[in-house]
Amino acid sequence: MAQNTSVLEIVKESDGSHLRFSGRLDAEGVSEAWEPALSAADEAKRVSIDASGVEYCDGAGLALLWELQRRGGGEISGLKPEIATLLEPFAEAQPKEDERRAKDSTLEALGRVGADLARDIYEQISFLGQIAVISLKMMRRPRELRWVDVWNTYERAGVQALIVVGLISFLTGLILAFQAAPPLRQFGVDIFVVNLVSLAMVRELGPIMTAIILAGRSGSAFAAEIGTMKVNEEVNALSTMGLDPVRFLVAPRVLAGVLVTPVLTIYSDLLGVGGGIFVMFGRGYPFVTLWRQLIASVGIHDVMAGLIKAFVFGGLVAGIGCLRGLQTKSGASAVGVSTTRSVVTSIFFIVVVDAIFAVVYYAIGF
Amino acid sequence: MEDEAIIQVRGLTAAYGDAVILKDISFEVKRGEVFVILGGSGCGKSTLLKHLIGLYPLASGEVLIGGENLATAESADRQRILRRFGVTYQSGALFGSMTLNENVTLPIEEFTELPATARKVISWMKLRLVGLEGFGGHLPAEISGGMQKRAAIARAMALDPAVLFLDEPSAGLDPVTSAELDALILSLREGLGMTFVIVTHELPSIYAVADRVIMLDKRTKGIIAEGHPRDLRDHSEDPFVRKFFRRESE
Repeated sequence: MAQNTSVLEIVKESDGSHLRFSGRLDAEGVSEAWEPALSAADEAKRVSIDASGVEYCDGAGLALLWELQRRGGGEISGLKPEIATLLEPFAEAQPKEDERRAKDSTLEALGRVGADLARDIYEQISFLGQIAVISLKMMRRPRELRWVDVWNTYERAGVQALIVVGLISFLTGLILAFQAAPPLRQFGVDIFVVNLVSLAMVRELGPIMTAIILAGRSGSAFAAEIGTMKVNEEVNALSTMGLDPVRFLVAPRVLAGVLVTPVLTIYSDLLGVGGGIFVMFGRGYPFVTLWRQLIASVGIHDVMAGLIKAFVFGGLVAGIGCLRGLQTKSGASAVGVSTTRSVVTSIFFIVVVDAIFAVVYYAIGF
Repeated sequence: MEDEAIIQVRGLTAAYGDAVILKDISFEVKRGEVFVILGGSGCGKSTLLKHLIGLYPLASGEVLIGGENLATAESADRQRILRRFGVTYQSGALFGSMTLNENVTLPIEEFTELPATARKVISWMKLRLVGLEGFGGHLPAEISGGMQKRAAIARAMALDPAVLFLDEPSAGLDPVTSAELDALILSLREGLGMTFVIVTHELPSIYAVADRVIMLDKRTKGIIAEGHPRDLRDHSEDPFVRKFFRRESE
């Protein structure tokens, strides 16, 4: 019985199969011939392979001939010497198992996650310590700080974020006012929308939104920038030149983050409250009334409560961005991983720290 | 057939903005030839290679691969021309999120109908050829720079292209691996009739594999020598060329 593809003729006889290859044994021909040839080899007791008609044989053809031999095919007859030469390195070879580490069991995976988490916490605490030590040194010798980098980072993280921070804050204030006004109107107290929007913005939303935007814009940029430097061994170059990467790369960014976040927060507060006032003005309240309500509802301590948080959030976001950058492993994907981790960790800690502030402020009556 | 020019470069000028790197150079690469581009550091070897493979637009001139112009080819023709050659870059340029097996099988998966078992065998063969058998499951970040370079060669050979462009293939390899790579180049040329265009200044490799070399010069921005490396070493009238091949200081 005979079976044909464009490059293969299979003749099945009682004592075995005869495979005759001809023409171009390239990827196209082999795609057709692969399955029939291997099936014939698997089914037959004895296989003979005739390659005398093969004019050209590329890697795919070599793979087919080698696989046929591995599955018990006999000698390949008639193969051109130059093609036979290419098969020689594989003559006695058997594929080795890839040496990659076997997948962890569930228990091992859990243990690994726990160990990684513990190591991460340790590194964060250690990094915090390094920043504290560097900060003290910088206070004593401010000239050692790279002020150009501080200013550049301040500009990138601050000035260039004005539009996005402003727009989001204004719209948040506007949405809050729109949502709060109708229910309060039912009780005839919709003027208190001003209190709600201004207190929410100044004490909570202003600092937290600014910090989250900073985490997404600047924290991730710090992680990507330092991560790429790590991948390119620029961080190693700094170390071997005797320059402390924390002083050189981290300190300017953290200082810029700490300085810029309160400023952006004040800007966010103003725009957010402006959004609320805008809605109430549209609902018919005169501006003077709204202004008096605002002055009466927000005190300087409320602004300070927000700014203290902003100060801490700024350091947190910049520090985490830099830490994730320094933790970057090798490879392009590692930079992406660091960037993602920087944003996720920053947002997580912003919320945790904000919760701690809420409890502390409540306890001390601030 | 052997004398047929598979690559024709006519009046190529390469420039980055106003800075001209190479000016009005012409040469041909014959089918089945191991052709080496060499020259001192910064003379434009890699720049020339990147212009040959269409990564950078030519300031003027033309490059024909198999008689077709990559720069002016329409999308489908361009794909067809690109499949005729494989390239390895100085850094390896492996895809970091993929294992070596996945790197090698990617072009086979994208451009052929070969079943998964065939792709697996081909990947194993290519990796074995470059001495990386058993490392197929590794990510590029998990192996050394030299190994990455070899894996990149395996990937470039995945579709058995007619022409293989190698940018500094031996740099960073130990002498034994480098010699094995030279032997591999010769056996692929012998068995598959593959053409090689290699950018290198590793003299032992040049003597071992090159049929013909061109030597670029930073000052003239052009070709200052062309021929067999041993002939140039022994008979070139240009003292710089002789010194280069004899590894002497200026």
